[in-house]
Amino acid sequence: MKHARVRYEGVVHAATATTTAEGEALRLSDGRVIAAEAVEAWLPPVEPRTIFALGLNYADHAKELAFKPPETPLVFLKGPNTITGHQSRTRRPAGVAFMHYECELAVVIGQTARDVPRARAYEVVAGYSVANDYAIRDYLENYYRPNLRVKNRDGCTPLGPWLVDAADVPNPMDLRLRTLVNGVETQSGGTRDMIFDVPHLIAYLSSIMTLSPGDVILTGTPDGLADVKPGDVVTTEIEGVGSLVSHIVG
Amino acid sequence: MSSQHVALDGSGMVYGVILNDRPSLERLGAALTAPPYAAPPKAPVLYIKPYNTHAATGATVRVPRGADRVELGATLGLVLGRDSTGLAEATALDAVAGLRPVLDVSLPNPVVYRPPVRERCFDGSCPMGPVVPYGRVGDLAELTLRTLVNGVLVAERGLSDLLRPAARLLADVTDFMTLRAGDTLTLGIALNGPQAGPGDRVALEIDGFDRLEITIEGAAP
Repeated sequence: MKHARVRYEGVVHAATATTTAEGEALRLSDGRVIAAEAVEAWLPPVEPRTIFALGLNYADHAKELAFKPPETPLVFLKGPNTITGHQSRTRRPAGVAFMHYECELAVVIGQTARDVPRARAYEVVAGYSVANDYAIRDYLENYYRPNLRVKNRDGCTPLGPWLVDAADVPNPMDLRLRTLVNGVETQSGGTRDMIFDVPHLIAYLSSIMTLSPGDVILTGTPDGLADVKPGDVVTTEIEGVGSLVSHIVG
Repeated sequence: MSSQHVALDGSGMVYGVILNDRPSLERLGAALTAPPYAAPPKAPVLYIKPYNTHAATGATVRVPRGADRVELGATLGLVLGRDSTGLAEATALDAVAGLRPVLDVSLPNPVVYRPPVRERCFDGSCPMGPVVPYGRVGDLAELTLRTLVNGVLVAERGLSDLLRPAARLLADVTDFMTLRAGDTLTLGIALNGPQAGPGDRVALEIDGFDRLEITIEGAAP
C-alpha cells in the first residue's frame, strides 16, 4: 500500500493511493475518495525523527565529485526543518552559483533496532519514499563536511509523495531512479550501484546507535548533477516508489 | 507576531557547535589553512546530537564497543522559546526561553573534517540538565564551566572566550536554518576536552544551575 498525508478542505488527512475510472486518486482515512488534483497540499508522508543522509554512496557520483569512494559510509544528519512535501517550493538563495538536486531512495525505519545483522536488516524497514536532497555548493566548507549550511536549509529536502510499504518493494536494491528538470532527464541510475546497500547501511548505523520508528535514511545519489534555477520544475522518480515534484523559487 | 515562549522543556533537536571558542581555533592554528580544511571556517560549525543521545542528569553513558575512553565536552545550551528564522543579533536573545548545561560525550577524534556520527551519536551521549529560565541567569560571559571526574577538577572554561557570543551565534545560524521552539543550540564545546573511562563519575558544574552528573560504564557485551 502507498500512504500519504495530505491537506484537503483545510484539514490534514492520512490517505492511501487508489485508482478510480478517472485516474489516480486518494482514499482518505475517513473513507472519502478524492482525485489527486483535489489535494491542497502534500505533506511529507512521515514526520521523521532522526534523518540520516549518505554522501558519496554511488561510485559514479563519487568520481563526478573527484572523491575516492569512502571505505565506511559517509553519514551526516539533518533536522526536521529541511523536510517538505511533494509539489512544494524550495528557495534558491540570491547570488549562489550552484544549487543541485539529488534523487535518493529514502528508507523509513519501522521498529526499534540495535545491532541488526545485514541478513535481517529488511525486517526493520517500514517502507520507502523518494527524497530530493538539494545542496547549495557555494556554502561548502571543510568542517564536518557536508556542513549544515549546505545540507540543513529550510525546505531543501522534499520527501514523498508516498510512503510505500516495504512489502510492496520486493527488491529495493534493483530500482531505476532518475531526475527530470522541466521534463528533460538529467540524472539516471540504479540503486544496484550503491556502494553501501540498504542492509549494509542499517547494519552500520544500528551498530553505532539505536534506530527508532520514523527514522529515515536518505541513501545517496548517482551522478548527473545539474544547476537548478527559479522557475525550474524538478521531478525525482524511483521505479515503484514514486515521482516527487519540486519547484525552485527565488 | 507571537512572542509566546511555548516550550521550556527543550525536547526538540539539539545542535552542537565546535570552533566557537578562541582557544580551540588557536590550537588548530596553521592547520586551519592546510588540507583537509584549506581555510578557516566562515559559517558556524554545527553538528546534531540526535534523540537517541539525549539523556538527563544521573544517566549512565556506555562507552561504544571497541573504545575505552570518551571525551567530555562541557557547554551551555540555549533553549529556543519560539520558532526562529533570520534573527537579528540585536534582538536574538528574545527568542531564548532558557539555558541548560550540556555534556557532549564523544569518541576522541582530533580531525573535524567529516560529520561526527560515529563519534558523537552513540546512545546516551548527550546528557543535559534541566532548563533554567533565561531571565534567571546573569551575563553569560561571566559563567564558568567546571568539569569534574571522580570529584577532581579536570577542565575549567569561562564563556568569555566565544568567537560568536549567544546573540551573534543565533543570528548566524538562523540565517540559514530555522531553530524551532524546544530546540537547543549550544554555545560550543572546546576541542580536545578531558577524557573519562568506565567507572568514572563525571560532573559539570555551572553557577546557577543544578550540577549535571553522569556515570561512564564499559561497553555492552
